[in-house]
Amino acid sequence: MKPYYTKEVIKRFTHPKNFGEIKNADGVGRVGNPRCGDIMKLYLKVTKRGGKEIIQDIKFHTLGCAAAIATSDMACDLVKGKTLKEALKIDYQKIIKALGDLPPIKIHCSVLAREGLKAAVENYEKRKGKEK
Amino acid sequence: MTKKIYLDYAATTPVDQRVIRAMLPYLNKKFGNTMSLHGFGQTAKSALEESREEVAGLIGAKPNEIIFTSSATESNNLALKGIAFANRNKGNHIVISAIEHPCIMESARWLEKQGFKITRLKVDKQGLINPADVREVIEKGTILVSIIHASNEIGTIQNISEIGKICREKGIYFHTDAVQSFGKIPIDVNKMNVDLLSASSHKMYGPKGAAILYVREGTKIEPILHGGGQESGIRSSTVNVAAIVGMAQACKIAKKEIKKEAVRLTKLRDKLIKGVLEKIPGSHLNGHPQKRLPNNANFWFENVEGESIIIQLDLSGIAASTGSACSSVKLEPSHILLAIGLKHEQAHGSLRLTLGRWTKTSEIDYLLKVLPGIIKRLREISGKA
Repeated sequence: MKPYYTKEVIKRFTHPKNFGEIKNADGVGRVGNPRCGDIMKLYLKVTKRGGKEIIQDIKFHTLGCAAAIATSDMACDLVKGKTLKEALKIDYQKIIKALGDLPPIKIHCSVLAREGLKAAVENYEKRKGKEK
Repeated sequence: MTKKIYLDYAATTPVDQRVIRAMLPYLNKKFGNTMSLHGFGQTAKSALEESREEVAGLIGAKPNEIIFTSSATESNNLALKGIAFANRNKGNHIVISAIEHPCIMESARWLEKQGFKITRLKVDKQGLINPADVREVIEKGTILVSIIHASNEIGTIQNISEIGKICREKGIYFHTDAVQSFGKIPIDVNKMNVDLLSASSHKMYGPKGAAILYVREGTKIEPILHGGGQESGIRSSTVNVAAIVGMAQACKIAKKEIKKEAVRLTKLRDKLIKGVLEKIPGSHLNGHPQKRLPNNANFWFENVEGESIIIQLDLSGIAASTGSACSSVKLEPSHILLAIGLKHEQAHGSLRLTLGRWTKTSEIDYLLKVLPGIIKRLREISGKA
């Protein structure tokens, strides 16, 4: 039997490492998936190192299917420690590849994770702009 | 995974051993084509006619009123399209409900494209159609009313005999999709005032590939499959004798066990519903508390998504189902849950558990043990996002 989800998706879904909230987050993004109704909230902690802005910590809350939770968790892992610029380059195919695979109908879940990240970074930039 | 608990009997059922035994000879030794004049053919033909009698007996019909088809989808297509095209001269208006199975919804949508007018009756919060609404929407050109007997999702059982009475008074054909109720609760086509009724074998411990459309004597219906003229010319195709023999055997067993089994399942169902509502905060029952199938329980949970519940349950060895958009190929929530007034985000958190012949009390106990933890964990991950 070929299971519906890969082992990695199931692992991430049942034991996500990055779920939760960051108190005093530097950026928060909340996105909803217009296709299926899943909701994701992403929290960012940003630090500056050598003039670069680096994602020091990242956490999520996701109300959604197994794929939505797994892609949320994987996206967090993929961008942690990266600069904001690098993080925004992560596309949904990279997330899917890291998960082994996703059923075709679940591709939009990985897009949600990407959108969540974008929204969180935008929120961070906006807050930063206000501080100046 | 050690446990394997099947709580998705509304999706399909395993074939009863007694059914398999009855079918086997018709796969090889008695393999004939019912249309052949020789012994092989006539052996098959006899089995077909005995099966027809058996199936008719379960619903109070005459054998010649049973048309065998390959699936409930085919039966429902035949009912709607067959009646629509045979009675065009009388009118072009068809009434269905908002909570029909997709094969009725989509057949109606297709007929709409062919110039027929479709009315989709609303249901109340528990999924019930008000028979008075049927009377109200019937007009001069109405040729057919089709209402599902028991909902495949929320289990609500309609007042079919009352709706049928209204249709009879008005001289309009009345069809009911009885796929989920057939073999589970008593059905009498005469007491229920129906002219057409669809039922399927694989939902009641028979094999896939056999189903029926009951067509009351004298009903004007056009075939949708044309060919060799099998099934009184209403459904051409070489007859799937083995599957039909299986369906007949399943009906024979159902007839004997239906009452006792309905009582047993109702008790289990109510234990399940009570347990879930008591143990899980933010849980709600979908459908009618009493007027529901003995084997159906359907809930929605706040701040959880249904597909993730299904996957967690599967990992715990329990098979279940959801009306969440995430589990549908169209990525839309169940139209039935929306029709009973649930918001998208509420339908998103739905869970259907359907019991059957081999469901044990210990299995319900196990479900009640693991489900609260699953919901709690998923709520932690969702953080009410």
